[in-house]
Amino acid sequence: MPTPAAASPQGPWRRAWRRFRGNRLGYRSLQAFLVLTLLSLFAEVLSNDKPLLVRCNGHWYVPIVQTLPETTFGGDFHTATDYLDPFIRDLLARPGNFAIFPPNRYHHSTINYFSREPDPAPPSRQNWLGTDDRGRDLLARLLYGFRLSVLFALAVTVVTTLFGVLYGAIQGYFAGWTDISMERFVEVWGAMPTLYLLIIFSAFFAPSVGLLVTLISAFGWLGIAAYVRAEFLKNRSLDYVRAAKALGQRDRVIIFRHVLPNCMTPVITLIPFEMAGAIGALTSLDFLGLGVPEGTPSLGELLAQGKNNLDAWWISLATFTVLVVTLVLLILVGDALRDALDPRKEITGEAP
Amino acid sequence: MNLLEVQDLCVSFGGRRVVDRVSFAIAPGEKLALVGESGSGKTVTALATLRLQTAARLEGSVRFQGREVLAMGPAELQALRGNEIAVIFQEPMTALNPVMTIGAQIMEALQLHKGLNRGLAREQAIAALARVEVAEPERRVDSFPHQLSGGQRQRAMIAMALACDPKLLIADEPTTALDVSIRLQILDLLDQIRRERGLAVLMITHDLNLVRRFADRVAVMEQGVLVEQGDLRQVMEAPVHPYTRKLIDSRCERDVGVPGVGCVLAGRGVRVDYPVPRPGLRGWFGKGSFTAVAGADFTLAPGETLGVVGESGSGKTSLALALLDLTAAGGEIEVAGQAWAGLGKDGRRGLRRRIQVVFQDPFSSLSPRMTVEQIVGEGLQIHEPGLDPAQRRLRIVAALEDVGLAEKGDVGQLLDRYPHEFSGGQRQRIAIARALIVRPEIVVLDEPTSSLDVTIQKQVLQLLAQLQRRHGLSYVLVTHDIDVVRAMAHRVMVMKDGRVVRSGPAEQILTDRLWEDLDEPSIHP
Repeated sequence: MPTPAAASPQGPWRRAWRRFRGNRLGYRSLQAFLVLTLLSLFAEVLSNDKPLLVRCNGHWYVPIVQTLPETTFGGDFHTATDYLDPFIRDLLARPGNFAIFPPNRYHHSTINYFSREPDPAPPSRQNWLGTDDRGRDLLARLLYGFRLSVLFALAVTVVTTLFGVLYGAIQGYFAGWTDISMERFVEVWGAMPTLYLLIIFSAFFAPSVGLLVTLISAFGWLGIAAYVRAEFLKNRSLDYVRAAKALGQRDRVIIFRHVLPNCMTPVITLIPFEMAGAIGALTSLDFLGLGVPEGTPSLGELLAQGKNNLDAWWISLATFTVLVVTLVLLILVGDALRDALDPRKEITGEAP
Repeated sequence: MNLLEVQDLCVSFGGRRVVDRVSFAIAPGEKLALVGESGSGKTVTALATLRLQTAARLEGSVRFQGREVLAMGPAELQALRGNEIAVIFQEPMTALNPVMTIGAQIMEALQLHKGLNRGLAREQAIAALARVEVAEPERRVDSFPHQLSGGQRQRAMIAMALACDPKLLIADEPTTALDVSIRLQILDLLDQIRRERGLAVLMITHDLNLVRRFADRVAVMEQGVLVEQGDLRQVMEAPVHPYTRKLIDSRCERDVGVPGVGCVLAGRGVRVDYPVPRPGLRGWFGKGSFTAVAGADFTLAPGETLGVVGESGSGKTSLALALLDLTAAGGEIEVAGQAWAGLGKDGRRGLRRRIQVVFQDPFSSLSPRMTVEQIVGEGLQIHEPGLDPAQRRLRIVAALEDVGLAEKGDVGQLLDRYPHEFSGGQRQRIAIARALIVRPEIVVLDEPTSSLDVTIQKQVLQLLAQLQRRHGLSYVLVTHDIDVVRAMAHRVMVMKDGRVVRSGPAEQILTDRLWEDLDEPSIHP
């Protein structure tokens, strides 16, 4: 009898991960996307109108987490300090004082009142990518907007995946009447006009990111549920499920321990595409003005600005680049995942 | 002169050599059988003579009527395929195009190679169907593949292959997908056509009974190497290579213990019905029903094996599922004196411990994403939740040693492995260990060896016989393979179309003529 290979045991997931890493384009894309996401998570440190650290008149301050009135530094007003004010800058530049600013000195909500050009201002030494039509720094808007898009997409993906997997699993595993009635519900639900609902809801409720996550997730799980249902229908009649039933295993355990791990391939493959879809959905809603509340940094809103200010080429070009790079990275990752999890490749590895 | 001469043929896929310097020749009108287990490279070798695998790298020489096939251009190759060398495949359902009629598929070859017009091609297609003894060829020529039975489909495939009068026919396991009683007819048909036309046949098979019955000469392949070839009688009676001897010896010997007294499993009037959709509007208001098992009666004593035999679709698997309470069934089924019907959820779970199952395909019966320890230990978690992890591990190791998965002491390192790291025979042993770890009294064996290679089959059957004696197990052996029944069963129940048509002691039932035909070695002159 041939003995199994002496190498350490490798689960199917480990082998899939190895194949994924073998795909250089996909693996690099994942790394790049993770680096961008990680950077954007620290947006407050990278792009802010408050210094990270200030030493003034012998005292240490951390303005990035403190709200300090101007009087702290010897100014005249009791209001919060505007660190872009040349007067304050002069104060902080005196001997003995110093301030460490973030690399980009604007928060996404900061309006540059000291711009030398009318808004929207083209790229300059002050605003590296220029400003939008309200004088806010474009780079800061993009950074925060990218973060919002990614977090939004993550939230939508987590909610839709969890719900879709659960729904599809119940449908496919129990089949019969359970499946039929749940499928009818899916058909009715899927036939609802999503865009009209969003317009109606945006009239009823104050727009917020939470509402958008809920609404987009509410219609986003249908695709995943369909995939999982099909996988469960296929797997439920396989012998390993029968063997588990013959052992007297509970349905819940069979669903989660036996069948689900064998049905995850389409789900994992879909995740990057789901994220790309969610980013696209959020962008288009924002573009139409149905999305996030006024003032929230968002890629869609920037695109709308670009459309309204066609001569301000830097707005549309920069936003477009960020969107394209994000979506392309996600799709490359998805492509590589699909190849890595392709069941036919699992077989060719061991076929005689 | 030889019709086909293969010299030092090597076939590699992506740098991996699957066929290594194989040489053989076929004379006109000769029947050569290429024998080997799955993965031995026999199909790859045969298809290489037509260059049908585009991904393969071929080296060596393949000469057909003196012409080098490996050097042919696309046009020459196309003229060769179908016209001079034809192929019939194992599974006629997938080899025939489901959306084209049989006639259209036969006519396609005729129009392509012979340049016939539609009318003439149709006439020839009908004649071809008539020649392979398809009843009512004028009507069948317009049938779609799904409208024909398995045997008729294989006949249609043969008609298609022979329509252009090829000189060599490659038959890749031509009868494996067919029922026992039809296999013989197809073989006879092939032989008859061969004699009429002086056709040479290259038969690829793993079934030695078939070889004994059909071939003039035999070539045996093992792992891509041709280890032995010669006349049928010479190879069968005086095999030289150890592998050939192993193949010939793999015919299972009868090895049964003495059953005990009593009754661990009884069925009275067992029925299994499946709902099927009714056609048309009536389907909206109710379902029809299809009777898979119509009233089966049987008993099983401790240590006894009941063979349930029948062709595919005879209801034997439905009966097995009913015994395990995995499908709804009428009548009474009593396991160890307790009927499934009337038991609550917990009662059923308790009873499941006493009757376990081993399925046919060890590739689908083990969850690919669980380790051996998880798979085998699952029954213990359900039925003996009181065990601590160390005790459980001891039991798992003992069960794996019991089924001979590895030498004693070596089993521990296999626990973390996944099913894909094991061969078919080893997986089947894991499946047996999973069933036996909860110490059942009855094991339902659903075709336990039919997806295994012949040499492995024998090992698994011997293991099952040992386990039966060691633990006093009762087996319900569901199979279509008469060799397996002969080797294992005390009593036999023959099913046809859901009914039990015969039942009784194995010695008595197995002398039936139907089974004997294919089984007895009869060598044609």
